[in-house]
Amino acid sequence: MKTSGSILVAGKKAPNFSLNSTPDQKVSLSDFRGQPVILAFYPADWSPVCTDQLSLYAEVMPEFKKHNAELLAISVDNIWSHLAFSKDRKLNFPVLADFEPKGTVSRKYGAFKEKIGEAARALFVIDDKGVIRWSHLSPDGVNPGADGILLALENLNRNQPVVQG
Amino acid sequence: MAATKTVPRRTPGKTRLETVEEEPETTRLVVPVDPGRDHIQGPLAASLTLVEYGDYQCPYCGAAYPEVKKIQKQLGSKLRFVFRNFPLSRIHEHALNAAETAEAANAQGKFWDMHDFLYEHQDTLGDPGVALGFAKKLGLDIQKFQHDLSQHTHQSRIKEDFNGGVRSGVNGTPTFYVNGLRHEGAATAKELVKALEAPK
Repeated sequence: MKTSGSILVAGKKAPNFSLNSTPDQKVSLSDFRGQPVILAFYPADWSPVCTDQLSLYAEVMPEFKKHNAELLAISVDNIWSHLAFSKDRKLNFPVLADFEPKGTVSRKYGAFKEKIGEAARALFVIDDKGVIRWSHLSPDGVNPGADGILLALENLNRNQPVVQG
Repeated sequence: MAATKTVPRRTPGKTRLETVEEEPETTRLVVPVDPGRDHIQGPLAASLTLVEYGDYQCPYCGAAYPEVKKIQKQLGSKLRFVFRNFPLSRIHEHALNAAETAEAANAQGKFWDMHDFLYEHQDTLGDPGVALGFAKKLGLDIQKFQHDLSQHTHQSRIKEDFNGGVRSGVNGTPTFYVNGLRHEGAATAKELVKALEAPK
């Protein structure tokens, strides 16, 4: 699987973005400064593994909330697909459209597969100051589960990294 | 306990980049089998252990159910089988109620009867009368059974199972752990027996 470079690693400042969560609403990463944010890039709405992954996160949301964390899911699908998908799976977090120009945000995080034109299945945990503290890239067909995210959230308060810029 | 890792680390098939302490134990059962609380079939001291995280409404769990029966028949007293709840209730609207139904039967010593019944009647999960009829047939105290369901008496235990599963890397249902390690192969009797009997 060829991504554009490799995904951003712990210690990097998380690039800001502003993407639509509904046809007339935008969500920016900077809206959540002061609390941890989980970014879940995924290849496509409706594909079976994604469904499992995001459905699982919807179930695990109370655990994420214990850390005051927000979850933002991002793919290159358009907002109408996202709305139908989100409603069908009863997702309880924003699903953002990295649709136009396609994949811009995924690219910034090193999580865009150029040949296929989809986001990679990449996870990022960002701390309250906007610094990436953990990242993980899964093969497309592998649902990474939520254990890595939970451990990263627990570790947020343990060791403060040096920001690399 | 775990060593400090400060450099990006690569493992075959996946890339993990982190500066946090402790590698997430994605493939290991982090909640040990507890005879005081777990649902266990087979001898407690059996040499082989199979743990399933399952959802009563999940079709793949339904398909795995007869496979587990085959495994139990084949391995006999060498195996202890443990079932833990992992209801994906947002996509399976009857899964949590079904898990509560099995736990309500458990409170009266009939967990496995109800567990088997639910998997054998997956298409009736939307109709609570069906499981109730079976509870009567089992001779359960129906007033207590219904009280447990209406008061959600066993929901906290189900959530404990679920959260423990999440920490062990359960990412869908069914997820099996073979002698404490997540089974990555097919959920068939053949593959699971092979994994169970592999040299440790």
